[in-house]
Amino acid sequence: MQVKAPDRAAAAHRAPPRRPARRPRTAASRWRSRRLQGLGYAAPTAVFVVVFFLLPLLLVGQMSLSDWPLLAGDQGANAPKNYTDVAGGTLLWPAVRFTLLYTAIVTVVLLALALLLALLVQRSRPGTGFFRTVYFLPGALGLASASLLFWGLYSPTTGPLSGIPERLGLTDEPVSFLGTPTSALVSTVFLVVWKFAGFYMLILLVGLQGIPQEVYEAARTDGASRGQIFRSITLPLLRPSLALSLLLCVTGSLLAFDQFYVLTKGGPDNSTVTVVQLIYREAFQRLNLGTAAALSIIVLAALLLLNFLQFRGLRRTDAP
Amino acid sequence: MLTRALGRTPHYVVAGGLAVLFLFPLLWSAWASVSAQPGTAQTSGYGLGNYRTLLDYDAGLWRYLLNSTVVSALTVALTLGVSLLGGYAFARFDFPGRNLLFLLTLAILMVPYATLLIPLYVLLGRLHLQNSLVGLSLVLTMFQLPFATFMMRISFEAVPRELEESALVDGCGTAGALRRILLPAVRPGLITVGLFAFLAAWNDFIAPLILISDSARAPLPLAVANLRQQSMGAVDYGATEAGVVVLAVPCLLLFLLLQRHYVQGFMSGALKG
Repeated sequence: MQVKAPDRAAAAHRAPPRRPARRPRTAASRWRSRRLQGLGYAAPTAVFVVVFFLLPLLLVGQMSLSDWPLLAGDQGANAPKNYTDVAGGTLLWPAVRFTLLYTAIVTVVLLALALLLALLVQRSRPGTGFFRTVYFLPGALGLASASLLFWGLYSPTTGPLSGIPERLGLTDEPVSFLGTPTSALVSTVFLVVWKFAGFYMLILLVGLQGIPQEVYEAARTDGASRGQIFRSITLPLLRPSLALSLLLCVTGSLLAFDQFYVLTKGGPDNSTVTVVQLIYREAFQRLNLGTAAALSIIVLAALLLLNFLQFRGLRRTDAP
Repeated sequence: MLTRALGRTPHYVVAGGLAVLFLFPLLWSAWASVSAQPGTAQTSGYGLGNYRTLLDYDAGLWRYLLNSTVVSALTVALTLGVSLLGGYAFARFDFPGRNLLFLLTLAILMVPYATLLIPLYVLLGRLHLQNSLVGLSLVLTMFQLPFATFMMRISFEAVPRELEESALVDGCGTAGALRRILLPAVRPGLITVGLFAFLAAWNDFIAPLILISDSARAPLPLAVANLRQQSMGAVDYGATEAGVVVLAVPCLLLFLLLQRHYVQGFMSGALKG
C-alpha cells in the first residue's frame, strides 16, 4: 500500500500516511465493506463447520451422558452409566489389544515397504514414472473396494492363492486365509500394505527429493559407503517425512474399520474386532447410541492425547 | 553402455517384481469378473454373465451407479463451491474470527470419523435428511473441508495481489475479480480439490453404512458389500469381482488422467500442512 501511495500525497503529510491520502473516507468505508465481504465469503464454510462439526461434537457429548436407544431417542440423563458400561463390556479389552497389535504390525511393515519403494523410484531413469504409477495405483481404489477384491482373492473356493501351499506340498488341503485369528490378521495386513504402500511412498519420495544433492556428493567424496550414507544422511534428513507418515499411519490404523468389516466381519470368533467396529456394533447391532457415544468420546480423547504426545515428542527430538 | 545396463539389472528385477505383485490383484479381479467359476453366473468360457447378475441384483446396478454418481457430483460441487469462497476469504480478507474459523476447519481432521458419524446419524434425522443422498453429501463435504480449504487458501495466496488490485481499481467488485481474474488462476487447485473429493465420495463406505438404511439408496460400495453378505452360503464371488471392477474403473481412469494434479496437491497438502 505505501509503495503505491502517490509521492505528492505522501509529501503533504508530516507522518507517512497509512492509506492513500486522497480519499481517506472512501478508503475507510471500503475497508469496512471488505471485512463484511470477507465474512460473506467465509459464511458457507462457517455454516458447515458449525452445523456438521461443532453441533455433532456437542451432541455426542450429550448422548454419551444419556440413555439413548437407537429407535426410541433420548430417554433422559443417566450419567455416568454409559461410560461404566463401556468399561465393563467383555469385548472392549480384546478389541483395544487387537487394535494396538494391528497398528504396530501395519506401521512397521507398511513404512518399511514404502521406504523401500521410495528409494527404488527416487532417481529418475527409464521406467521410473511407470513404476511410481504402478505402486500408487491401488491407492486410487477405495478401501472397501480393495477389501472386496482381496476377499475374492483369499477365497478358498475360487481364489487363486489358496491352492498354492497345497501345490507346493506344504499342506494337504486349500488354505483358508481368513479362517484362523492369526492368518486373518496377516491377510488383512497384506491387503492394507498393498493398498497404502504407494501413498506413503509418495510422502517419503517428496521428502527424499527435498534432500540437497550436494550433501550426498560431499559424503561420496569423503568416501562414505552406501550404508553409511543411508544411515547418517538419508534417514536423519528424511525424519520430517517419516514423522508425518508415522502420524498418519498410526492414526489411520487405530481407527481401522472398512477392511475388517468387509474382509473378516470381526471373525473368526471376534478375534479381529477393532475399537471402531465396537462403536458400530454398540450403536447399530446392540442398538444403544448412548454407550456408542461414550465409547466414541473415549476414542476421541485417547487420540487427542496420543497426537499431543507425538507432537511433543517430535518437537523435542527436532531441537538441535 | 552394456556394463551400465547390466549394473542396473538388479534394480529392475526388484522394481519389476514388485510391480507385478502390485498389479496382480487388479488384473486378477478383472480376469475373475469375466471368467468361468463354479457358483457364479459365468459357468463356462469367458463372458459378461457376472455383470448381468450385478445388473439385476436387488435395486439394480444402474440404480446404485446413479446413487454413487449423485453423491459424488453433489459432494464435488459443494466442496468446490464452499472451499473456493472460503479459500478466497481466508487468503484475501481480514474479518473477525478468521483465524478461529480456519483452525476449527482444520480441527475436523483431529476427530475420528466414527465419533462424528454417531451424532450425525441423530442430527440428520432431526433435519429430515436421514437416509438421503443429500444428507450423505453434506456430511462427506464437511469431511473434505480441511484439505479443500487449505488447498484453496494456498492457491489464492500464490496469485500475485496486483492482479486483482488492478481489476478492483478498474471498478470490478470482489465477486467480479474472483470470477474473471482469480478463477482461471486457481484452476489447478480446483481440479486437485475436485479429484480428491470425487475419490473420497465415490469410495466412502462407513458414512453410507451408518447414514443410509434404505438399500435402494445405497451407493455402489455399500451395495456390493451387501451383495456379498446377503447371499450367505451361496457366495457369488464372480458378481462381487464384477462389482469391484465397476467401482475401480472410474477411480483408476481419473487418477491416470489427473496424476499430475494428484501428486501436486499431495505435495502442497501433505507436506506444507
